[in-house]
Amino acid sequence: MLSFEDVHAGYGRSVVLHGVSLSVPADGVAAVLGHNGAGKSTLLRAAIGLLTPRSGRILLDGDDITGLAPHDRVARGMAYVPQGQQSFPHLTTAENLQLVADGRRDGRAAMAESLDLFPALKDLLPRRAGLLSGGQRQQLALARALITRPRLLLLDEPTEGIQPSVVAEIEQTILSLAARGGLSVLLVEQHVGFALRAARTYHVLEAGRVTSTGDGGADAEPRVRRALTV
Amino acid sequence: MTLVLSQLFTGISIGAVLLLIALGLSLTFGQMNVINMAHGELIMVGAYTVYVLQQVISGAGWSLLIALPVAFAVAGLIGVLLEVSLIRRLYLRPLDTLLVTWGVSLLLQQLARDVFGAPNVQTRAPEILTGSIRITDDLAISSSRVFILVLALAAVAAVTLVLRTTPLGRRIRAVVQNRDLAAVSGLATGRIDRLTFFIGSGLAGIAGVALTLIGPIGPAMGTNIIVNAFLVVVVGGIGQLKGTVIVAFVLGVLQSMVEYTTTTSVASVIVFVTIVAFLQWRPQGLFTLRTRSLA
Repeated sequence: MLSFEDVHAGYGRSVVLHGVSLSVPADGVAAVLGHNGAGKSTLLRAAIGLLTPRSGRILLDGDDITGLAPHDRVARGMAYVPQGQQSFPHLTTAENLQLVADGRRDGRAAMAESLDLFPALKDLLPRRAGLLSGGQRQQLALARALITRPRLLLLDEPTEGIQPSVVAEIEQTILSLAARGGLSVLLVEQHVGFALRAARTYHVLEAGRVTSTGDGGADAEPRVRRALTV
Repeated sequence: MTLVLSQLFTGISIGAVLLLIALGLSLTFGQMNVINMAHGELIMVGAYTVYVLQQVISGAGWSLLIALPVAFAVAGLIGVLLEVSLIRRLYLRPLDTLLVTWGVSLLLQQLARDVFGAPNVQTRAPEILTGSIRITDDLAISSSRVFILVLALAAVAAVTLVLRTTPLGRRIRAVVQNRDLAAVSGLATGRIDRLTFFIGSGLAGIAGVALTLIGPIGPAMGTNIIVNAFLVVVVGGIGQLKGTVIVAFVLGVLQSMVEYTTTTSVASVIVFVTIVAFLQWRPQGLFTLRTRSLA
């Protein structure tokens, strides 16, 4: 579905990714694991087009999308939920969703569908997103991303900094989305246990390089933990 | 009492002019953070639009009415041209933007001199706006001032309505609040920037039309205006329409009240000193909009 071919990327003079090659299977979850600063978020920013690689290619269904603007990638079926429960703080919950639904023929239906996945948001529609709790904002972020009916979802630490009661709920939603079919997920996580349970394949990223790759599943956990502690 | 009322209305009408010239800037500078030194020349373009239309259309009332949409479109298009050709390449480089748009401002002034001549030109005000409205026996307010006040309030209402209720308004606000998140949510941020710039520049054109009713139209008129426009937006708080509205009227009334007890120049000095003191106390302006960007 999505593949990186020898991608080098960074900010200003500092290079973060040193030749990353990996791919996300169709209809599956690929997890990217690694320590802080390994380049996980940078990888996702390059995938959605917020960052242009210095060299290497990014392919979606075999098409080179390396030079496309973010909104063109969204139009091709990609969606991205950045780190840190981001929203448009001065827009209401409803406006945050409406913004993405505007101009889409199926916008109204897609928005209703998204809200059905996160029913807690229905009571919060008139509230400004900046006033929501972290967990609510993350649900809003996921709902917003799903309105575009993506084929590929890029998730950057979806459960980081969220109260434990909501974490389980969000994890459950991600697992059921991935199981539904028609959706691939590139999941960046610190939380190794959950990531491997969800993932079909995993990639360990260290200092901007992929150092180990394998099949997901709970039995991969000892191997990955060993790779991460070295 | 009459005196206070008449000074108050003078102040409000000064405020209305300040509001009109600052409204467009509150979009391009306040929302988009673009320092466009040629904003004053976009106002000049609006004023010359009235002059040109009056060469073709004889009725002063009609020409003024037609000038409003035409000036909006002409100034808006020049603004978009400026955005596409220069400003877009200089986002995140405010100092370069300032210098380049200042150059454009000089260029447009020279262009006006070449086309219309260096001296100021005259336009005819429609008869309905030449008289004054008598409120009491010794209090009368000029109809053109009332017209400008109504126009300013209508423009604010229209901008507010567009920003609050339309899809375009939602997009503009989203891009301002979190540009990267807007881009990854599927919004074509470049196109939204151009539309915002079109509206902001178009509003400058409208301001230009209004100014033909109260002052001379000349190549240098933009230079005299631009400082006041920036002052209103900065004091009101970046990105805050309501700040711009409140500050325009407060400054207007302050100017007129101080002017009455002293002279015009002294009043200007006092108003400037007040502004400087205010910004020492609240550098972020009257209202602030906190934005977060993608980490």
